[in-house]
Amino acid sequence: MAIQITAHDRRRKVLSRLVEVACAGSVMLALAPLALVLYFVLSQGLPALSLAFFTNMPKPVGEPGGGMANAMIGTLILLGLAGALAVPVGIACAVYLAEYPKRRLAQAATFAADILNGVPSIVIGIFAYVIAVLPFRRFSALAGGFALGVMMIPIVVRTTEELLALVPPSLREGALALGATRGRATWSVILPAALPGIVTGVLVALARVAGETAPLLFTSFNNQFWSVRLDKPIASLTVQIFTYAIAPYEDWHRQAWAGASVLIGAMLVFSVLARTVTRRLERMHRP
Amino acid sequence: MSSDAPAAAEAGIRIKTEVKPTSGPVPDASVAIEIQGVGIAYGDNQVVHDVTMDIPEQRVTAFIGPSGCGKSTLLRCLNRMNDLIDSARVMGKIRVKGQDIYAPGTDVIDIRRRIGMVFQKSNPFPKSIFENVVYGLRIVGVRDRATLDEACERSLRGAALWEEVRDRLKDSALSLSGGQQQRVCIARAIAVEPEILLMDEPCSALDPIATVKIEELIYALKEKYTIVIVTHNLQQAARVSDRTAFFWLGRLVEYGSTSDVFTKPREKLTEDYITGRFG
Repeated sequence: MAIQITAHDRRRKVLSRLVEVACAGSVMLALAPLALVLYFVLSQGLPALSLAFFTNMPKPVGEPGGGMANAMIGTLILLGLAGALAVPVGIACAVYLAEYPKRRLAQAATFAADILNGVPSIVIGIFAYVIAVLPFRRFSALAGGFALGVMMIPIVVRTTEELLALVPPSLREGALALGATRGRATWSVILPAALPGIVTGVLVALARVAGETAPLLFTSFNNQFWSVRLDKPIASLTVQIFTYAIAPYEDWHRQAWAGASVLIGAMLVFSVLARTVTRRLERMHRP
Repeated sequence: MSSDAPAAAEAGIRIKTEVKPTSGPVPDASVAIEIQGVGIAYGDNQVVHDVTMDIPEQRVTAFIGPSGCGKSTLLRCLNRMNDLIDSARVMGKIRVKGQDIYAPGTDVIDIRRRIGMVFQKSNPFPKSIFENVVYGLRIVGVRDRATLDEACERSLRGAALWEEVRDRLKDSALSLSGGQQQRVCIARAIAVEPEILLMDEPCSALDPIATVKIEELIYALKEKYTIVIVTHNLQQAARVSDRTAFFWLGRLVEYGSTSDVFTKPREKLTEDYITGRFG
């Protein structure tokens, strides 16, 4: 018997097609800003990039050329400080949350981490200013690292906590059945099992705070000179870009674009690195 | 095992497992675990009622019964794994070699070192085969490489796995097959030389060939260890165990030598279960 194609069927097909097109359109819409950002930053920034940009210090106003060597090193130092604060604190906190999820302190910490995650970065900056700048009466790399670290902690806590929860309970049972203490089981079995994911989480968190400007404006401030001292103001890519972008000099604008493309490039390297490291660790842990 | 056991196994699927009769009936072996009036409850829900039995040393004792009859729960009390469940409550007395393991102040860690456990689903750690096997030694602080190497080889031989993995001890234990993983778990359990080995349906996730290997292993292991095995597989209980306990709705219905339980059960309930009328 031939299948009758009714008006209803036809309408259904048209509707299906329409929804498909609408979905595809939304994907385009979502991707468009990303593509545009990349296009503008790279089209303006790449021509301004040169080897000198990576190796030279900023030149005084009016002198053409110069680079952001100090700002790149500065950003790396700030990220190192942020990681040194956020990774141990964040992982320890996540372990506590995973081990004692029912305790009131744990529930409070989960809630606090979610709130902290949503706090505008400028507020984190003010907080770090009050805690780490005012008492010492100077801007410093340490204060900037502290601000970024505070921003990282909730991200590290939440990703680590989720990954620890994914480790099968049978692994813990196996360790305990061999006479391991609870702490030992966590340290030597649960954490290593979750390690690949934790590393990814930390790298993602680092990439996220690497692009922050607001918390650095009044903590690590900026520095036009070469400085790796932790108790002194230190340059960073983001603050340098900000400073150059709002200045009235054509040459500085070009430098700001170049700095922005370096930052975007670094993000790309970070995410590729995160993937490779994760995959290598996973190979140890899975067949 | 007495010579009646093969007849019991005959009824079901025959896998190439020799049921080796031990020389003559085994007279009163000394008691490894005394269970006296034990009841276990999760919150208000009592799942094991008033179980009293003695588990003999260097014998294989099988717990059988339909799902939810409390046999795994009871097994997990023997090394205090039920401590992990907050709501679990144990009444009565359990003595291991005379020591009341639920007495206040008992060192649970020590109990678990003396009583090894193999789980239903193999749970190798995401580490190398070597690190899996020596884990129990590492946590008591053994560092000496030669000791660890020796223990690794001895345990893997004990678990009949040495020949298969000797060249790849550094590989992840997760790269092994299911049956091999379960034998890694057995090797891990015997590496610390426990007095008693608890096995919670160790073959339920394995294919028949791997099952045969594990069963042969259990047979060899009872030379040294007291083994308590929970199984859903009646043929397996008949093949590997010396004594069988049949549980039903949280009660111990019948407990005796495996040949008696399978060939001339005292209780109607046992007979019905063994002949497949329910369960």
